[in-house]
Amino acid sequence: MTLSFFDQFMSPTYLGIPLMALALTLPWILYPTPSARWLNNRFLALQGWFINRFTQQLLLPLSLGGHKWAALLTSLMIFLITLNMLGLLPYTFTPTTQLSLNLGLAVPLWLATVLIGMRNQPTHALGHLLPEGTPGPLIPVLIIIETISLFIRPLALGVRLTANLTAGHLLIQLIATAAFVLLPLMPMVAILTSTVLVLLTLLEVAVAMIQAYVFVLLLSLYLQENV
Amino acid sequence: PNDVPVVEKRLMDVKLGELGSWLGGRDFTPNGIISAVRRGHDRYYNKYINVKKGGIGGVAMLLVGYVALSYLWEYDHIKHDRWRKYH
Repeated sequence: MTLSFFDQFMSPTYLGIPLMALALTLPWILYPTPSARWLNNRFLALQGWFINRFTQQLLLPLSLGGHKWAALLTSLMIFLITLNMLGLLPYTFTPTTQLSLNLGLAVPLWLATVLIGMRNQPTHALGHLLPEGTPGPLIPVLIIIETISLFIRPLALGVRLTANLTAGHLLIQLIATAAFVLLPLMPMVAILTSTVLVLLTLLEVAVAMIQAYVFVLLLSLYLQENV
Repeated sequence: PNDVPVVEKRLMDVKLGELGSWLGGRDFTPNGIISAVRRGHDRYYNKYINVKKGGIGGVAMLLVGYVALSYLWEYDHIKHDRWRKYH
């Protein structure tokens, strides 16, 4: 029984195509492109409003060099939020629960910010390794610590997203199974468990959105330091 | 009279006996498939989403179709989860 709880994270193959392929192409289909009209439909209006607000908020603290990243960061945010939210539907597959995908997103982007910083302003980028005002004897230790913290960032970005989503999905499945099994035996406890399930699902919706946001936000912060 | 070549008729106008030749004449090259997908997408989009007062229905139908498709994909795997005495 325990093994079957993790089966939701496997991508089953049908006619040779893994479900992950369908799940990854769906965000592409869901967002229409604006047409040449001045007034489009409601869906496009909503989409345009969201994208504009988000980009404006994200680019506030960044200098001009960081504005080149606007398209990439916004599309990343929309991609992640769609993947997370779609994964909450029954029987669907969430690609972001796979560590390979999250690390594949995190490592190249983080590396890009580091390399940009090293290339354009090497002294300033290296200066981040030592916070201002540290007492003298502490300097060597602190540089080592800061370097470690620099290199752990991509790992943290990827693992954070994976762990949050996987834990959420697992909890939903566990509590749902508990409520389902308890229903014929102890209906009152089953109702309580169902209440927990409803609250948990709301939490998962929030987590899905927040995690995508955090990913992109941290990336923009790393960019801000380095650009 | 109306003798249009079989291949160019719309699907609802094709007689049952002509179905084989209709399928055989369709364009199954990658370009043809892509244009067919594009036409289907445009039809759906213009009917349900690109309207003045579109509601949640257009997207909701897509998502329900996605759920159904995912279920179909996973059926082979899920059918082992039925009520059993011993797992």
